Amino acid sequence: MTDAAQLKRALIRHPGLSRLAVIAALLLLWEIAARWWIDPTFLSPPSRIVASLGDLFNTKGIPAALQITAWELAVAFAISVVVGLVVGLAVGLSRFSNRSLMPIILLLYGTPQITILPLFILYFGIGPPSKIAFGVTHGIFPIIVTIVAGVQNIKPILMTAAHSMGASRWQIFRWVIFPHMIPTFFAGMRLGMTGVLLGVLLAELYVSTAGIGYFTQLFTQAFDPTKLLGLVSVLAAMAIALNEIVRRAEVHFGRWRTD
Amino acid sequence: MSARQDRRDKIASRAVQIGFVVALIGLWYFGTAYWGISRILLPNPVNVWHELKDVIGSGEFLPDLRVTLTELAVAFAISCTAGVTLGYLISRSPYLIKVFEPLLAGFYSVPIILFLPLYVLFFGLGPGSKIALGTTISFFPIVLNTIAGFGYVEKIFITAARSMGASDFQMFRYVLLPAALPVMLTGLRIGFTVALLSILGSETIASLEGLGHRIVHLAEAMETARMFAYIAFAVVIAATLNSIVSSLERRAKRR
Repeated sequence: MTDAAQLKRALIRHPGLSRLAVIAALLLLWEIAARWWIDPTFLSPPSRIVASLGDLFNTKGIPAALQITAWELAVAFAISVVVGLVVGLAVGLSRFSNRSLMPIILLLYGTPQITILPLFILYFGIGPPSKIAFGVTHGIFPIIVTIVAGVQNIKPILMTAAHSMGASRWQIFRWVIFPHMIPTFFAGMRLGMTGVLLGVLLAELYVSTAGIGYFTQLFTQAFDPTKLLGLVSVLAAMAIALNEIVRRAEVHFGRWRTD
Repeated sequence: MSARQDRRDKIASRAVQIGFVVALIGLWYFGTAYWGISRILLPNPVNVWHELKDVIGSGEFLPDLRVTLTELAVAFAISCTAGVTLGYLISRSPYLIKVFEPLLAGFYSVPIILFLPLYVLFFGLGPGSKIALGTTISFFPIVLNTIAGFGYVEKIFITAARSMGASDFQMFRYVLLPAALPVMLTGLRIGFTVALLSILGSETIASLEGLGHRIVHLAEAMETARMFAYIAFAVVIAATLNSIVSSLERRAKRR
């Protein structure tokens, strides 16, 4: 058997290898294009971006900006999860409140919140509070909607069974609703994280005095694509890591359910 | 639960909804008219209503709306063409699906709004950067749903059609397309919605014209009443466009 045929068989058995090859080819194309064809004021080759990452972190204000953005994300996510969970349970557990409040929540969820971003700056200033508030408006609704859907998906027979065996309200909550809520809760957290990332980053890019939005603007205006692409890559990596953490948690805590 | 009780329940929940809206507008009106909330922070609803009538009556909104809708149309046209073509080509081979689907899905999980500063650098502050962002963001749901639609058609349908001697065109027209269409249409709808949002968003963040730009411009000029009017206008436009697209999707799926 020739080497080429062996390689072909390996590729067919492991699509992951081909995937890596595709990524490598794209990076190579980018490298070549940036080095020889495209004006260096607009695009840098990936090798130079990676090489200058150390430089980027040494730039005055960048570590602090990343810290501020991480802090905004964390606070916005925490508020979204806590408030979203409480509201979701309150709305989901009662038929009446579900019927009367759910349309209002869906209406708010459906409005394009980006149009009211200037209002958040007007009310909360240009510092972190406006980013946190805007992140919360993006993160909280998917969480509420998921929790409500999760509560309603509990099989009535389980509730009836618990009732007929004389379970108290608390016992029903603790032993029927709570275990069923765990997978839903993590699914909601994942959607909430996507929303919080979007909201905080939008607000950061809109106006910022010390966060990453300030630096993206600075590098754009200074035509410094190396640092801009470096910063964007760092943020993308941060976003991927955060998404991956909540996704893993969702898979991990959703395992017990077999149906 | 009896039907009567059910009806009473329905009326009560409607009452809660109407009460919520009335209380909100009431608080807004009394807060601004009598309780001394700054007009710059929160304009009076009556003023906002007058401004809205003025904006629509004078036709001032037309140039901005035209810019935003043009950007949306171009971005959606590009992402539809690219997404559906690439998605279909990838879906033709199970191997290609295995290679590309995780790649595209992984990319989709990055907040693509981060590309906006890059696009502003490449394409400037004009419509180019908005079209680029809208295209990038809407491309992913379209291509992923096209792959999901065409790539996972039940084998038995394909085998049955083949054994009855269907030509390639007949296979596409009567087997693949009807099976893939619902999933693909969902992708197109999601793509449309996110394209609209990202175009409004990028106009808000960095632009020279368009609805998002107008809102920011008025915010910076502290003309909050007119800004509220434009926000209401933009929300209504977005809601209308989204419901048109949703109803088109439903109608196409019923066929």
